[in-house]
Amino acid sequence: MSTLAFCDLTVGYGDGAPVLDGLSLEVPDGAVVALLGANGAGKTTLLRAVCGLVPARGGRVLLGGQDLTGLSTEDRVRRGLALVPEGRSVVAELTVEENLRLGALWRHRGPARTRAVAAAYELFEPLARRRASAGHTLSGGERQMLALARALVADPAVLLLDEPSLGLAPIVVAHLLGVLRDTAERTGLTVLLAEQNVTGALSVADRGVVLSLGEAVADRPAAELAADPALRHAYLGF
Amino acid sequence: MRTTLRAALIALVAIAATFGLDPFRNYQLATAAGVFAAVAGLTVLVGLTGQLSLGHAVLMAAGGYGYAAAATAVEDAAPGAGPAVVLVAGLGGAAAASGALGLLLGLAAARLRGPYLAGLTLALVIALPSAANVLPLGGDQGLPAPFFPVPEALSALIAVEQWHAWLAIAIAAVAVTPLAVIRGGRAGLRMRAVLDDETAAGLSGVDPALVKTGAFAASAIPAGLGGAVLAVATQQVTPGGYGLGFSLLLVVAAVVGGLGSIGGAAIGAVLVVVLPWLIDTAAEAVPAELGRRLDGNLAVLLFGAVVIAVVLARPDGVAGLLNRLPRRRPSTDDTAPSNHAPLSTTALSKSTKLL
Amino acid sequence: MDRFVFLLSTGLARGAVLALFALSLVIVWRAARAVNFAQAAMAAVAVYAAFAVTAASGSYWLGLACGLATGALLGAAVERGLMRRLPHRTPLPGMIGAIGLVMVLQAGLAIAFGPEHRPMRAPFSERPFVIGGVPVLSPYDLFVLATAAAVMGALALLFTKTSLGLRLRAAAFAPETSRLLGVRVPRMVTVGWTLSVATAALAALLSVPTELGLSPHAADLLFVDAFAVAVVGGLDSPLGALAAGIGVGMLSGLVTGYVSASAAPLAVLALLTVVLLLRPGGLFAAGEARKA
Repeated sequence: MSTLAFCDLTVGYGDGAPVLDGLSLEVPDGAVVALLGANGAGKTTLLRAVCGLVPARGGRVLLGGQDLTGLSTEDRVRRGLALVPEGRSVVAELTVEENLRLGALWRHRGPARTRAVAAAYELFEPLARRRASAGHTLSGGERQMLALARALVADPAVLLLDEPSLGLAPIVVAHLLGVLRDTAERTGLTVLLAEQNVTGALSVADRGVVLSLGEAVADRPAAELAADPALRHAYLGF
Repeated sequence: MRTTLRAALIALVAIAATFGLDPFRNYQLATAAGVFAAVAGLTVLVGLTGQLSLGHAVLMAAGGYGYAAAATAVEDAAPGAGPAVVLVAGLGGAAAASGALGLLLGLAAARLRGPYLAGLTLALVIALPSAANVLPLGGDQGLPAPFFPVPEALSALIAVEQWHAWLAIAIAAVAVTPLAVIRGGRAGLRMRAVLDDETAAGLSGVDPALVKTGAFAASAIPAGLGGAVLAVATQQVTPGGYGLGFSLLLVVAAVVGGLGSIGGAAIGAVLVVVLPWLIDTAAEAVPAELGRRLDGNLAVLLFGAVVIAVVLARPDGVAGLLNRLPRRRPSTDDTAPSNHAPLSTTALSKSTKLL
Repeated sequence: MDRFVFLLSTGLARGAVLALFALSLVIVWRAARAVNFAQAAMAAVAVYAAFAVTAASGSYWLGLACGLATGALLGAAVERGLMRRLPHRTPLPGMIGAIGLVMVLQAGLAIAFGPEHRPMRAPFSERPFVIGGVPVLSPYDLFVLATAAAVMGALALLFTKTSLGLRLRAAAFAPETSRLLGVRVPRMVTVGWTLSVATAALAALLSVPTELGLSPHAADLLFVDAFAVAVVGGLDSPLGALAAGIGVGMLSGLVTGYVSASAAPLAVLALLTVVLLLRPGGLFAAGEARKA
């Protein structure tokens, strides 16, 4: 069971007003949920708070019924949570191979680690050709592929993605989202996908949640959400 | 103007206080005044610009050597010159030597930060004994400095130690007052702006490199005059007096007094002069072998422990001390309960426009 | 010419020790983005531990092992007990904390062992071999060179070929990303300090028998020279530390021989100043101004 749930999550920076105020949401086991909303809606803050990178002022985070609230980021990751953060999260000083091995370290040992890394190369063939290249020599698309592959190599139960399509060519985005959907279908991975690319995100998601100023203002099946012009205008700006 | 008046008042009170002290205490007071000048320079440097110098003892030594060389040269060239001429020439030499070294270090400081500058100044301290042997500075024996007897008009009234304490207090006042003015004025504001955010300061028309170089030089001259005070009190300058241990004590005095605070520098200076002496006096009461081991070391141990306690106890470490500095330019919302926000660059650009 | 060869060869052994100590500074810099100004005092504690054990047991090797263990433990303890608790927004609190630690450790050593210099014997002869009439390295110099080479090789393997090394490097370069990949970054910082201080202890242990003797300040000069080496080589560059260590060791050997012993620290200071002003990134690192 790998349902991700958070209840009454309140997060803020410094003494300011909270960015998220008592937000509750459930991502059921095996679901792919798109997290939508304009810039500043609180998507990144939410994902970072779920991972423990930003301390929450209140509320709880549950993974498969297990309370993650008091745990450090690395312990949450070791419970099966994975986050592909926004932007270039590849360790630029390490090679592609080292980045992938790093992702697999805590999960796999010995030959299983080698097999997991080999599987990642099968999933993303362009990476296999560049396995000895340093991270800083990769293109934007290759970096995002590597970040996703590195998260998947640890067989997470729940995958959080923060704007994976940001700044990438449409064809690369299509490939990434395709791999994401196939992997979710094949392995039953639970996915929470924060995106501004609404159409792309809703095309792979089962459900969409719209975040506005730290509150969930809509939570509907993806197809329904994509077809509701009023909602699109109000919160998603198209 | 108010700062100058206050400094004169404090100096007068200190001079009056010398009548209550015995000769040895007056000698200690003179030493503390010299250390105070150096610590004041260091604390303003660290507190306002965030640059750590581990080499202020060398700046003191530079001042001491400059003082001794200039004063002796004047004495030899014009044997009839009065003590006032010799003293002023010596102080000029002290300011020139320490200012020049400070300017050089400041040029480095403008390009370096944090550990690099600290490491460079540390290397300077370690190289001082070598420099004393290689340069014409008299080797390990150092240079002698002129002796100032009590003026005849006062000779019935005070002892030579008390006279030297007076000189020390006067020199320290002359060294520290400009520093206090700088700290409270626009230059101090610019230093804090550079500390807060160099890029933003640069965009507001403040040249960070210029500010850092200037701050180092402004901090070096009081240190050099402090070295001159010690040379007046001891009539000599030796490299051994300005080693790593002494340099670290200056940092201790600045930290204990509160970084950036000149009043705190005075307290810190008295502490690092008096406490080792008190402890060593107490250590004479214990058995000889133990006393020999404690001698000079127990005080250092205590100072180290206090410094660690201070950095640990501040919630924001020593950096937190920086925000407690009084703001000389009150903002309109002084009523706000917590005005700990770092200096805003808009306030800065307003005040630089006034220039 | 004979003299030149002799000076170069003594500089070589000194350079190996310098490179080792500089490498310890590089390790802690990479792990914690900090220069440990207490490295010399911490290494001195380890050397005193080795000295005490050797005096009690009569075995140099047992003392050496205890010295290394003391350095490693002290590194971990200082990181956990002090450095971790200080804010890292600026390097100032860490540096001031280290200065406090220097005072506590050095004064503590002087109180515990007395202020006088203790002679420390080398495990091998320090009389140089004479080849073709020219005195070159001594057996002890060879031991120093071999030990330094072996340790540096082992550290290189650890960092590049093992999964602990991969974690250490990742934690140093990208702490947040590493945490998201399950790397226990705080533990890696502790491991970095442990390795660093153990390495510094070894360098000090190798150098003290060739110096005036053991005192609480025995490693101070070594630290300053090694800092210069690390800056010249680039604080991020282990290879730079090695090359610059050998270079600076030979330079100070030649200056000592041809000018005077007291000119050597000035030469190192001059080199440090010139490199910091002209190439603040170090001679072996790729650009980027030194702004910690």
